Amino acid sequence: MFLEALFFQLGYNATLVTFGATLLGIAAGVTGSFLFFRKRALVSDAISHATLPGVALAFIVMVTLGFDGRNLPGLLLGSAISAALGLFAVQWLSSRTRLTEDAAIGAVLSVFFGFGIVLLTVIQTMSSGRQAGLEGFLLGSTAGMLYADALLIAGGGALALILVAIFRRPMMMASFDPEFARSSGINLDRTDLIMMGLVMGVTVIGLKIVGLILIVALLIIPPVAARFWSDRADRVVVIAGGLGGLSAWIGASASAVAPNLPTGPIIVLTAFAIFTASMLFAPARGLLISAIHHRNFQRGVHIRQGLVSLAQGQPIYEPMTIRLLRAEGLARADGVPTPDGVARASRVLRDEKRWETARSDPALEMAAARYDGLTQIEDVLTPDQIAELDTRIGGPRGVTP
Amino acid sequence: MSGSEFVPLSLTPLIIGCLAAVACALPGNFLILRRQALIGDAISHVVLPGIVVAFLLTGAISATAMMLGAAVAAVTAVAMIEGIRCFGRIEAGAAMGVVFTAMFAGGVLLLELSDTSGVHLDVEHALYGNLESLIWLDATGWGSLLEIDALKGLPPELFRIAAVVVIIITLLAVFWRPLAISTFDEGFAATLGLPVTVISLGLVIASALAAVAAFDAVGSIIVIAMFICPPAAAHLMTNRLGAQIAWSVGFALASAIVGFVLAGYGPLWIGGTDAVSAAGMIATVSGVILAITAVAGPRRRAVT
Repeated sequence: MFLEALFFQLGYNATLVTFGATLLGIAAGVTGSFLFFRKRALVSDAISHATLPGVALAFIVMVTLGFDGRNLPGLLLGSAISAALGLFAVQWLSSRTRLTEDAAIGAVLSVFFGFGIVLLTVIQTMSSGRQAGLEGFLLGSTAGMLYADALLIAGGGALALILVAIFRRPMMMASFDPEFARSSGINLDRTDLIMMGLVMGVTVIGLKIVGLILIVALLIIPPVAARFWSDRADRVVVIAGGLGGLSAWIGASASAVAPNLPTGPIIVLTAFAIFTASMLFAPARGLLISAIHHRNFQRGVHIRQGLVSLAQGQPIYEPMTIRLLRAEGLARADGVPTPDGVARASRVLRDEKRWETARSDPALEMAAARYDGLTQIEDVLTPDQIAELDTRIGGPRGVTP
Repeated sequence: MSGSEFVPLSLTPLIIGCLAAVACALPGNFLILRRQALIGDAISHVVLPGIVVAFLLTGAISATAMMLGAAVAAVTAVAMIEGIRCFGRIEAGAAMGVVFTAMFAGGVLLLELSDTSGVHLDVEHALYGNLESLIWLDATGWGSLLEIDALKGLPPELFRIAAVVVIIITLLAVFWRPLAISTFDEGFAATLGLPVTVISLGLVIASALAAVAAFDAVGSIIVIAMFICPPAAAHLMTNRLGAQIAWSVGFALASAIVGFVLAGYGPLWIGGTDAVSAAGMIATVSGVILAITAVAGPRRRAVT
């Protein structure tokens, strides 16, 4: 059942919903990356909670005017308007008063949400409100979604992606170096507005599937997970899109199998599992690879320093150094070098001496800057340069009478 | 309105609402000043999985287990946020966003998957609370306040939140100086030999305590409103910490009372028939107070 859902074999509607969710996930991951680079990830939390009163008011207005209150485009329009108001309130509070941005975010999200709850209870008392199903907007539900709704969500996700592709350069520059962006003629306020507009758009189209409490997770978690996979911003954006799409795809498929469970939490937990795997095992900055690098570096330093001591006939007191040298077959337990160790030690000492000479020569300044106590000079200088250094050091000289 | 109607139906929810608002606003002052306002946001979200797990482990809604579960969840969340921040080298806001959304999602799913039909625990309740249902049926009028038998019928949430308010006030009084010093100048506090990490963690645990007790009555999102709005409004009124806390308590009480009355009787005044969500209205009123201070508060401008 789950596999069938995963590969779009559960009927036309379920397929469209899963497809729409995947597009939404990609759009959210990509858009969220810029928010993450700009260090404003949690602004999206205020935006998403601020949609609730808009949804409720749109419902009330549509019912009062005699339309069907559950019309999705109408509800989304209302949510967009109140999200914009919430965003404006955050900006105003943090720029015009002494409140910090985090306090402004918390205040806006809780007040808007509280007001939305008041409106929801009003709707419950309206005659047509009993089966409004607006609770689905809190935690997301794909059950009973209309064909047109799924189409709207898929279309919205695609549109957001196109807009990101168009505006990616100014947004990237504004995220990393606002001063430089300004001096290159980019209108910062407008770029920020576009970025926030995109975040708002993704939030609004995600309301139905993920729900307004958790849509923020789809904007935050994939970019943070992607950060472990690369140090390059453009790749992080692409990877975040991929991870976001993957989370939404797997999550929406799982939720097609379990229609009684809210969709949002399933998608978010999938994203979190991907995040955990990325943090642990990603090859660029994952914890596992960092630990291995650290251990190799530590070993390298210990062996190198141990060999330098051996070459100069100094005793070694550090137990770890002796253990590593023994494991490599370079020394015995009492710190006396093996024949192998003697050979390696003299090579290391020669390397150190060459480095010392290179570092005192201004002509080799660039190369000498790469001295870190581990890199061999053969990796930095050409054989000719090394030969030249060796003539300066001089070979072993006989004792002159 | 007569006492015979007001006392059983409105008195206890009103008092519980006030106490919950004060319990959250007190630690909220320090969260605001430490630029950790969103820790309050994170805590109020992770209280849910804490309570659900505590319920699943003990099989009953017991106050101690719930408090413990929520405190453990809050500390777990803080540890995870710090872990992601330090080991993963991720900015604090994003790390927080990852942790609290994932934990909240886990709590919701656990709640939906487990059989909690026998007890009063569901997602809607977790979000908006059930202030209106905390009634005192044994009361017949103001005179019931003096009757031992009637007093036994008071909702247990009242005693719980009252105890938490007392604990928080006591903690605040005892640790006032170290808390204030480390809030305004953490480096200086560290040079004085104050355990700044312990103080910071203690504040988080106290906030979690307030959140879980208030969570019972007003739901998680409204808890955030009380953590942030009254202290933020108070911050725009004064430069002195003591005065700010006094203002915040005043604003919290005002939000709770005005919000409760508007929710219960407001719709009747404008011709409606049913009350609206009291918790939502309290949050709305606190937002209105914040808006007024943001426009007219004497200390609203940023220090230049």
